[in-house]
Amino acid sequence: MRRYAIKRLAQAVGVLWAAYTVSFLVLDFLPGDPVTAMASAGMDSGTVDPAQLAALRHEYGFDKPILVQYADYLGRAVRGDFGDSVSTGRPVSSTLADALPQTLQLTGAALLLAVLLGGGLAVVATYTSRRWLRQLLLSLPPLGVSVPTFWVGLLLVESFSFRLHWFPAFGNDGLRGLVLPALTLAIPTGAQVAQVLAKSLLTALDQAYVETARAKGAGRWRVHLRHALRNASLPALTVVGLLVGQLIAGSVVVETVFSRDGLGRVTAAAVTAQDIPLVQGVVVFGALIFVLTNLLVDLVYPLLDPRIVVASGRKAVAV
Amino acid sequence: MRAHPDIRPTRWTALAALLTTSVLLTACGSGGGGSDSGGGQARSGGTLTFAVGSDAGCVDPQQVASNDTIYSVRQIVDSLTDQDPATGKIVPWLAKSWDISSDATTFTFHLRSGVTFSDGSKLTAQVVKDNFDAVPKLGALGTLAEGYLSGVKSTTVVDPLTVKVTFQQPNAQFLQATSTHSLGIESSASAKKSPQEKCSQGVVGSGPFVLKQYVQNQSITLAKRTGYAWGSSRWTKSGEAYLDKVVFKVVPEAGVRAGSLQSGQVDAISSVGKANEAALKGGQVTLQRRANPGVVFGLAFNNSRPVLKDARVRQAIGFAIDRKQIADTVFPTGTQPATSILAHTTPDYADLSSDLTTDAAKAKSLLDAAGWKAGSDGIRTKDGKKLSLTVDWIPNSATNQPALELIQQQLKAVGVGLTLKQVQVTQLTPTLQSGDYDAVWSNVTRADPDILRSSFSTELANFYRLPTTPLDTALTGQAATTDATKRSQLVEQAQQLIVRNAYDVPVVELQTQIGVAKKVHNLNFDASSRIQLHDTWIG
Repeated sequence: MRRYAIKRLAQAVGVLWAAYTVSFLVLDFLPGDPVTAMASAGMDSGTVDPAQLAALRHEYGFDKPILVQYADYLGRAVRGDFGDSVSTGRPVSSTLADALPQTLQLTGAALLLAVLLGGGLAVVATYTSRRWLRQLLLSLPPLGVSVPTFWVGLLLVESFSFRLHWFPAFGNDGLRGLVLPALTLAIPTGAQVAQVLAKSLLTALDQAYVETARAKGAGRWRVHLRHALRNASLPALTVVGLLVGQLIAGSVVVETVFSRDGLGRVTAAAVTAQDIPLVQGVVVFGALIFVLTNLLVDLVYPLLDPRIVVASGRKAVAV
Repeated sequence: MRAHPDIRPTRWTALAALLTTSVLLTACGSGGGGSDSGGGQARSGGTLTFAVGSDAGCVDPQQVASNDTIYSVRQIVDSLTDQDPATGKIVPWLAKSWDISSDATTFTFHLRSGVTFSDGSKLTAQVVKDNFDAVPKLGALGTLAEGYLSGVKSTTVVDPLTVKVTFQQPNAQFLQATSTHSLGIESSASAKKSPQEKCSQGVVGSGPFVLKQYVQNQSITLAKRTGYAWGSSRWTKSGEAYLDKVVFKVVPEAGVRAGSLQSGQVDAISSVGKANEAALKGGQVTLQRRANPGVVFGLAFNNSRPVLKDARVRQAIGFAIDRKQIADTVFPTGTQPATSILAHTTPDYADLSSDLTTDAAKAKSLLDAAGWKAGSDGIRTKDGKKLSLTVDWIPNSATNQPALELIQQQLKAVGVGLTLKQVQVTQLTPTLQSGDYDAVWSNVTRADPDILRSSFSTELANFYRLPTTPLDTALTGQAATTDATKRSQLVEQAQQLIVRNAYDVPVVELQTQIGVAKKVHNLNFDASSRIQLHDTWIG
């Protein structure tokens, strides 16, 4: 078990390093640099004095060889120091720390909604014996996955804010401001949960143990929820782990449409400004969340399926 | 006039437009347009909520260059002078008068007495010196302010209320520069902070509003400065501002901004594009527009390219372009086709519309004369080479691509091929520096004609690679004269030389359009087509 844990930890560090390195290289391949980006920001067509740019580039260290810059940044990042944002001068860590709670609120609420809506839909669709209702419900997830988040967001704002005045159209204020963005983000996520769960529920319902349960006199709801759902939820749980990454990515669009502050907006602004330290911070942070969630999902499996502990234990011994 | 025939296609072309227009169409009456400056008794008090599209991540007026943030931080500081948007004239503000040496190298300002900053400190000549000494060290974000003060030799305190700024070379534009937000005067304590500190913590100014709170990517809140009594000489109200509070909310999505204004969640919004005009027509909203002063949008040529060295080719391109069609189909309502290299709101603008006509026959004969013969595929050739150019453009405005696509069609009609090449904003300066381009689609906003010198003088960066000509004499001359009439003549001469030689083919003016609720009065543009809120009130 310990070797298994060490191996997982090494993998996690590997993932973080790879994310860091790839994002650094991608940013380096982009034309221009943060200094030019800043200086041209409001200059309509950027007629900035080249000598001035060169001096600034030197000041920020962007004129050093790329490997030296990489080693510099990486060395500090390992010690937890991601440096200062080029465009605002604020430390990257505090910029991220300020934005994080807003995004956690949003993605947390969206994940909850997604699991409730998606899970509920899958359970009802597979439970009902009315063919037309099942068909109708099962056709919703593909639709939810394929409509663009941006469009859904605008549609919700138009109906519930501009027309009905129920919710504010923008801002981070209170629970009321959270409803529409969370719903927007929950729709594609919930749709994927529903797709996976419905499929595995249908498979589970065909299994012999369900027959056995029925034969022993268990009611339909009990068979459905207690026996089939418990087994069918494993693939859905794996998907949820992956969806956390998708939720963070989705927050870029949702936070823009609903004018919310958070990691998504920070990311969008950092990429536009080619703010290398900030983008690096966001990437490593995103990778960290992703790694942690998947670790958590792995740890939850045994709670749902006792066989998994033995399996991973054996695997660890075998390695 | 309830039917809007131009709305239907818009509704189906862009989904976002559909969402914002569909509901509001039902409430769409006739009217709109026309700035309302009167309407009842002006009254003090109230909060104005203004939705802007972006946050520059900085609340220091000296370092901010994006309109969305200038709108708010401009209100925190006063400037030495102000500029009348109607005449372009420079009028007193913090400086009650000034003297300029006849060679335009020395500027002496006589400051008003009794002016205080919101931290209680007094405005003195030393404070102005502290500001101007700090500006050249602002770094990357301060390029606008640094440019205004480039070539400064010294700033000296003559007496407590007199300050003298000396330049190494004639610099007539400096007087107008002192009216801009970029050279807004901050308290000594603020001026001495590092650029980063000023950006994140904000600055202390003497302006009609003080910065109350800045939440990055969210909002900038201003409160009225009590006891304010040194407003610009062109403002209508003396003393304090009418509004108690102004809240600038950052709302990046244009459709959401328009809907928020229409549904009364905000009182005013920035940058209204053509797609959102329909949604805002009628009802409780007025659209206010003003052309940005400075160099208009146009095709700025690389004049050293062999093909483009021939003036006839450049002129032919100018005659092939139908400016009115471009302004009417692509740009927001009210946008005017270019009538000079400068927008009509720039001081010393000269109307050259008779030189900027559309004449395809003339374009064709000029190209024939230059030896470019019609080819089999419609593109002209000479010595086996095609008359095909590439224009580099940056995606800093939604109108750039459709405008260039239209130009592409118009040029094709006379046998000139045009390829569009999108480059990133950060890539533009390196491209101009390297000289590896045929033409760029560009404009520059500045309320002083000296912008022509920055763009077209061969003594400066000369990104467009002009040859040395009498144009240089005119450009250098206007920077060195303090005689308004003489300067105006030189600027007119420079405009004529640029337009007639077609070093740059002017196409269309850039217009700033904002949406304002009808209950808001006197929300007016300043000379740079940005806003000043001292006289604004809510009725």
